[in-house]
Amino acid sequence: MQEAVKSYRQLVAEHGGVMVGETNWGLTKLAYPIKKKSTGFYHFFEFQANSDFQAILETAYSRDERVLRFLNLKLDKHAVVYNERKRKGEIAPAKKYESKEGGSSI
Amino acid sequence: MSGKSGQDSYNFNSQQSQVIIKKKYCRFKKHNIKYIDYKDSNFLLKFMNEQGKILPGRITGTSDKYQRKVGTAIKRARFMAILPYVADGLK
Repeated sequence: MQEAVKSYRQLVAEHGGVMVGETNWGLTKLAYPIKKKSTGFYHFFEFQANSDFQAILETAYSRDERVLRFLNLKLDKHAVVYNERKRKGEIAPAKKYESKEGGSSI
Repeated sequence: MSGKSGQDSYNFNSQQSQVIIKKKYCRFKKHNIKYIDYKDSNFLLKFMNEQGKILPGRITGTSDKYQRKVGTAIKRARFMAILPYVADGLK
């Protein structure tokens, strides 16, 4: 999980993106099972990057088996302000989220 | 919706003659909330019923503009497994 986060952080940096903020929820129960797993790690990245980076990122996600599900969003100005206030001083445009496999699932 | 009292405004509470009618309002407009966070499941639960369905704006009083935002936020949360698609006894 840590390496996965690190590798995406690196990927963003490699393509000239700027990380604005990150949130980690740790091991969280999923509302419904995904790939027969009932728990997962949630990690949110907020970063600024060029629009063509999205495609690169999404192929990377879908090739990565550690990522159960991802969502890539462009944040509007209100979202940016909101996120900034939420962490008292952070955040910007594209946001993504990724979730990783949750160990033993049962 | 309007029942016995002629006007088609907020009268569902009025049974016979006069029950106090509490006017609904859009909480986003009132509190000047501009962005609805899909990650905040407890907040989104206020716009859902126990089965996990999205409540209509007519019930919650949310204006059309923000009702649409509530909808997308809930759908994003569902996709990310933060909220369930189907549920029983949510809340």
